[in-house]
Amino acid sequence: MAILTSDISPGSQEFQDNARRMQALVAEMREKALEAEQGGSTESRERHIKRGKLLPRDRLAGLLDPGSPFLEIGQFAASGMYSGDITSAGMIAGVGRVEGREVMVVVNDATVKGGTYYPLTVKKHLRAQEIALQNRLPCVYLVDSGGANLPNQDEVFPDREHFGRIFYNQANMSALGIAQIAVVMGSCTAGGAYVPAMSDETIMVRNQATIFLGGPPLVKAATGEDVTAEELGGAEVHTRQSGVADHYALDDAHALALARRAVRNLNQNKQIGIALRDPAPPQFDPRELYGIVPTDLRQPYDVREVLARVVDGSEFDEFKANYGTTLVTGFAHLHGMPVGILANNGVLFSESALKGAHFIELCCQRKIPLVFLQNITGFMVGRKYEAGGIAKDGAKLVTAVATAQVPKVTMIIGGSFGAGNYGMCGRAYSPRFLWMWPSARISVMGGPQAATVLAMVKREGIERRGDSWSEEEEAEFRAPILEKYEHEGNPLYSSARLWDDGIIDPAKTRDVLALSLSASLNAEIPDTRFGVFRM
Amino acid sequence: MALFSKILIANRGEIACRVIRTARRLGIQTVAVYSDADANALHVEQADQAVHIGPGAAAQSYLLADRIIAAAKETGADAIHPGYGFLSENPEFVEAVVAAGLVFVGPSAAAIRSMGLKDAAKRLMEKAGVPVVPGYHGEAQEIVVLAGKAREIGYPVLIKASAGGGGKGMRKVDDPDDFADALASAKREAKAAFGDDRVLVEKYIRKPRHIEVQVFGDNQGGAVHLFERDCSAQRRHQKVIEEAPAPGMTDEMRQAMTDAAVTAAKAINYSGAGTIEFIVDGSSGLHPDRFWFMEMNTRLQVEHPVTEMVTGIDLVEWQLRVAAGEPLPLDQSKIALSGHAFEARIYAEDPARDFLPATGRLHHLRFPDIAGQSDALRIETGVRQGDQISPFYDPMIAKIVTHGRNRKSALSALGRALAGTEIAGTITNLGFLGALAADPDFSSGDVDTGLIERHAADLCSSPEPSMAVVLLAALSSQFGKNSGSATDAWDRLSGYSHFNPLFFTQLLKRGESESAVHIAVAADDEFLVRYEDQEHRVRVSDSGDRLRLSGDLVLEAGIAHMPGEVAVFQNGTVFSFGLPDPLQAAGDEAGQGDRLTAPMPGQVKIVRTSVGEAVVKGQPLLVLEAMKMEHTIKAPHDGVIAKIVEENEQVSEGAVLVRFEDV
Repeated sequence: MAILTSDISPGSQEFQDNARRMQALVAEMREKALEAEQGGSTESRERHIKRGKLLPRDRLAGLLDPGSPFLEIGQFAASGMYSGDITSAGMIAGVGRVEGREVMVVVNDATVKGGTYYPLTVKKHLRAQEIALQNRLPCVYLVDSGGANLPNQDEVFPDREHFGRIFYNQANMSALGIAQIAVVMGSCTAGGAYVPAMSDETIMVRNQATIFLGGPPLVKAATGEDVTAEELGGAEVHTRQSGVADHYALDDAHALALARRAVRNLNQNKQIGIALRDPAPPQFDPRELYGIVPTDLRQPYDVREVLARVVDGSEFDEFKANYGTTLVTGFAHLHGMPVGILANNGVLFSESALKGAHFIELCCQRKIPLVFLQNITGFMVGRKYEAGGIAKDGAKLVTAVATAQVPKVTMIIGGSFGAGNYGMCGRAYSPRFLWMWPSARISVMGGPQAATVLAMVKREGIERRGDSWSEEEEAEFRAPILEKYEHEGNPLYSSARLWDDGIIDPAKTRDVLALSLSASLNAEIPDTRFGVFRM
Repeated sequence: MALFSKILIANRGEIACRVIRTARRLGIQTVAVYSDADANALHVEQADQAVHIGPGAAAQSYLLADRIIAAAKETGADAIHPGYGFLSENPEFVEAVVAAGLVFVGPSAAAIRSMGLKDAAKRLMEKAGVPVVPGYHGEAQEIVVLAGKAREIGYPVLIKASAGGGGKGMRKVDDPDDFADALASAKREAKAAFGDDRVLVEKYIRKPRHIEVQVFGDNQGGAVHLFERDCSAQRRHQKVIEEAPAPGMTDEMRQAMTDAAVTAAKAINYSGAGTIEFIVDGSSGLHPDRFWFMEMNTRLQVEHPVTEMVTGIDLVEWQLRVAAGEPLPLDQSKIALSGHAFEARIYAEDPARDFLPATGRLHHLRFPDIAGQSDALRIETGVRQGDQISPFYDPMIAKIVTHGRNRKSALSALGRALAGTEIAGTITNLGFLGALAADPDFSSGDVDTGLIERHAADLCSSPEPSMAVVLLAALSSQFGKNSGSATDAWDRLSGYSHFNPLFFTQLLKRGESESAVHIAVAADDEFLVRYEDQEHRVRVSDSGDRLRLSGDLVLEAGIAHMPGEVAVFQNGTVFSFGLPDPLQAAGDEAGQGDRLTAPMPGQVKIVRTSVGEAVVKGQPLLVLEAMKMEHTIKAPHDGVIAKIVEENEQVSEGAVLVRFEDV
């Protein structure tokens, strides 16, 4: 294989500046992640512990194999939204190892508003299930939730992608043989009661877990019956009488051990159907990624410098190197797994799009998973290019991306703007996982471009009426637009809304991609049938 | 000419292996015998042939004289070596062996008989001019007679079983008021152990030392001594560490003692290896008029290797030569003493619980390397890693024998060898032996038979594990399986998280207390560990068969993993930690409080209650005899007996002895 070389000099001022800025961003994310990991307030955490319950992250650790990687998703969900303190949307979710098997784990955080479901909690739960479904990962739900967040009921309850979809997914995943295991470790009321009830195997913790459709106050109101929560829907009732749950656990640790036992008995193996190689680290230190990427997105750099710090042995067999050079395509390995990589090296031209579509066809034919390294301002515009059929060629790339059935993983390492987002497998194209660097930006177009377009429209209107618009006035008009785009294009804004699966440390790019791809290999790679390519 | 073409070894364990070693060197074929419990034992593997002789209980296997003699006949053996214990001092067995046309490697039946009953032996010795301890060795067993004799001799006195040995049926009495109780108890134990409840009463010696002389006789009337051994380091009359020569021994004293010993051997025409045990008043140095004959052991002793180390003589070879009719290989003048030797006996027993015998599988067994220093270090063992210490036999695991130019160097070699020994899977006295070897009084040679009891608190205390030991135990339990060869990213990227590491909790149980160690993977083989409000950054690496902890804390130690348990070995001390399994714990919770289980394997001697009887808290329910001790099992609370074991039932550790009715 061809080994990439590097023109970077880590001693240069530019490199040092870049590295400093990127490391500051990573440090900020680490700080924010730490905040999110705390969950609810100190008081509510202490209350939780006093009840003999483990904190959500300790429950997670107790479920996973010791030392298991944890590929967390939606860590920054709801960040800066609602009351500002619904950390991680009140739920921990991600892929981890249980009994040597990759499993999707969903953990309610009862220290955050009683673990109730905000709109983004629902979205996160559904996203976790989507990942489980696409990659055939058994699901383990550690349930401790008061159910739907009542003040937000209109955005939580009724729609297709709302609360009810959780149970729909459980039923359908179970039907596909994707195990559904619930551990009830706290309350599990009303609609929430269906999570354990719809699971294949359910564990309940004595004196902690309760499952009922209507709680004691509701029962009292409806029938006048006085009953405690434990009598109404405790582990005793449900494991001995109702059969709503299967296993009676003495405490959290016991319950988690029972859940591990349930996974152990799934009788499933990961069958990897593609040719693996011995893994090898890149020849260049991945930590140099901090200094390579200019934080100013407009500054160009060769994306091969990134590849050299991501792929095994920095070995990259480039495809069509001389053609459509603004899109770099080629074959490499990531922790021993073969991958086809598409990485932006400038704006997309017709040739780049055609090359990309061709390369995706190759990978689908050969069942090679795809990795998209996205840093794209969009497709080339202008008379020449429109006349050259860039829309049609762009459509070919989008068709190929949309219909490709091999696992796709997207990493946004720079800008993600306009149709470029689509051609490079944005969220709407269902990559198995989508990650962002903390320096990335995502919006329909760049802030300055949007401000220019809007200012132009406004100026035309003003001038049509015969009025005039001064430079100062225009600048005043542009400022809030620039600010809005800057704010909304921020990766945290994206992550809060679950447009992505998470922000990551650029130095860990290779690890995140490898874990994502390896997890995706739990599902067999189907044949691809492409749509009609407009010729 | 070969001495014998084939011998049968009527024993097991380390002594069987020991005899095989010499036999093989001399070109003699060996036949092992074995019980069900020993089917895969080391001595069976090492012998040229092996014959199964019965179930695990010694009475149905290693004590079956007829069966063993038949095995010797079947396999064409010329002679039987009895080892020690079992049939080694049984004159009827010797007669039966001889009657079967075989050679018994040991003394004559007559010699054994004459030394077998202590009082008769003492009378014999007295007659031969060997000093004996003032005491009453008469036939009268009435309590008034014995108590009267005790008063004549003067308290404190010692009551001993006439037929005894090994401390069974022995009681020290300080106060005349306690005499009756002690007598009854000694008689019961004697009866149980020897089928003979006769006892004798003796003067109790101040600062007593146990010094014994190795003698050897042949069938031509020759007899020599091979110097003395000091076995004063005793716990309840069980030898713990033996040495040769005796500390503080003078030429004059040695002359007197060895003369007496050879006189004793000649008095009974002794042939083969024997030991004359003396009790010595060590209250003001060693004086030729302050040693007294106690008993003669008419067999090879457990501690014979220390004599071999200081004389360069293979005692088993001598036994075989003498048994084959050869004269003693060396004259007395040719037998020289060189340097100093120690032997420590490693047992499966729990010093912290009054040396309760233990059982278990030897999941991990490592001895110091003896390669290139066989003159200075010997490991005598009959077990291998993975073997079971069964409740049927003496729970000795090994003997560590060291030799040095002088006492100091031999003792430091012993300390090093003990520190380099790693045993897990059963509790052992290894830490206790190490502490004894380092005891200031013991080190300076100021020994007497009460030393261990006086220093018991220090010797038996179990040190607390250091932070590094705890962390290594936790880390190796969670991350023991190195995934270096794995190819899957999920195996290789151990501990991955986007920003902040996830801490995994490892519970460690030590005694009744449970502690939590929180561990996160920081990088390859590098961990963040939180324990007792402190965070440490440490690396773990393999260092041969040991683990190395480096970084904030440094430690190199051996590690053994067993089901539900991890052990860390640090300089001869083993720190064991239970790894609680919530599934197991939940299962146990169901049946607590309504039952009593056997704290160790043993035999139910006396049952003092019966089904349906109401008992009160503290009431003795039964007596369990295990190894050499009687344990009274008492009611932990008031209750009604629903079920109780039968008398004489053999029970294993954890077996239910008593079940109470539901309240």
